[in-house]
Amino acid sequence: MSEEQAFAEVIDKDQRIEPRDWMPDGYRKTMIRQIAQHAHSEIIGMQPEGAWITRAPSLRRKAILLAKVQDEAGHGLYLYSAAETLGADRGDLTRRLIEGRQKYSSIFNYPTLTFADVGVIGWLVDGAAICNQVPLCRSSYGPYARAMIRICKEESFHQRQGYELLMTMMRGTEAQREMVRDAVDRWWWPSLMMFGPPDADSPNTAQSMAWKIKRHTNDELRQRFVDMTVPQAEALGVTLPDPDLRWNAEREHYDFGAIDWSELKRVISGDGPMNAERIARRRQADEDGAWVREAAAAHAAKRTEVRA
Amino acid sequence: MSEIRHEWPLFEVFVRAKRGLNHVHVGSLRAADHAMALHHARDLYTRRNEGVSIWVVRSEDVVASGPDDKDAFFAPSGDKAYRHPTYYSIPDSVPHI
Repeated sequence: MSEEQAFAEVIDKDQRIEPRDWMPDGYRKTMIRQIAQHAHSEIIGMQPEGAWITRAPSLRRKAILLAKVQDEAGHGLYLYSAAETLGADRGDLTRRLIEGRQKYSSIFNYPTLTFADVGVIGWLVDGAAICNQVPLCRSSYGPYARAMIRICKEESFHQRQGYELLMTMMRGTEAQREMVRDAVDRWWWPSLMMFGPPDADSPNTAQSMAWKIKRHTNDELRQRFVDMTVPQAEALGVTLPDPDLRWNAEREHYDFGAIDWSELKRVISGDGPMNAERIARRRQADEDGAWVREAAAAHAAKRTEVRA
Repeated sequence: MSEIRHEWPLFEVFVRAKRGLNHVHVGSLRAADHAMALHHARDLYTRRNEGVSIWVVRSEDVVASGPDDKDAFFAPSGDKAYRHPTYYSIPDSVPHI
């Protein structure tokens, strides 16, 4: 059996491709790009919420937020680890991120203006991430699928702490409720954009589905997220900012309004409210850490505990 | 500018979830030396009581069979069904066997 046939048979039988298996160049490239983009999103995703750690309103909220941001770092590292099994190097991937040659999720280019944003990110942004990520636990690339299983287990805490935070604020003062409504208004549409362009405008979807890298289309996942979220909004007592949002008994799904795709294109191409600041911060952290990495390597070499 | 610099070597991480179980491979990380690899493994892979013991091994020290060895290594056991208990038919009336 040829290498191509062996690869096709593994995919066909719904088994996993492992690092040392033969795989088409396109599969390897697509996997590296997808995993790197995902890893970068976790790492950049530490910033919007990290900004609130020093300003959390109680020790409890601060401990929760610290744990969550630490999880994002961990998720990024699980994913860089998976990318390295494909021959990528994490230092090189970080450089590509800093130089703007690889992307991260558009959602992290929006600012976190109030503490309610921390709750809404947990509820909507992590909720959307869970919708995206649960099917990726069955991705055809073994190390990625295994990383996703770990990530999904931890992501559930992220969403629940966000929702609980919002419930607490909704039981508070009118000013607190107004903060929640404002945050929901700002994050709802960007959350829907997290699933990517509509299927008609997503040229890579068909190949990714054939390779079982992707299990559902962007629009399918977006619909699933809307259907899941509307009852949660009702339970919370907030109105999602879409006058066209209503149950369609015939489709047995919620209909929703048109998404402003020009905004997504603008933010992805670098023109979102926070793009420059997010990358500048990541670059600064990388530069600030350089001497530590060098010193640790020099120390290890001196002790010759590890062969250089 | 964009040449690949491996600043720190790669380590594979194995975690024993609880006493009585084997260490299981959970992923990899980069660290300057073994002591740092253990600390990073603790922070990265056991944030929620996932383990009671960790091994770290330099990735380059792992020797593995490759996909090309598959037939030579594993095919010979494929036709030895008599190594399995279900190969033997014993009447249902015989107890405890």
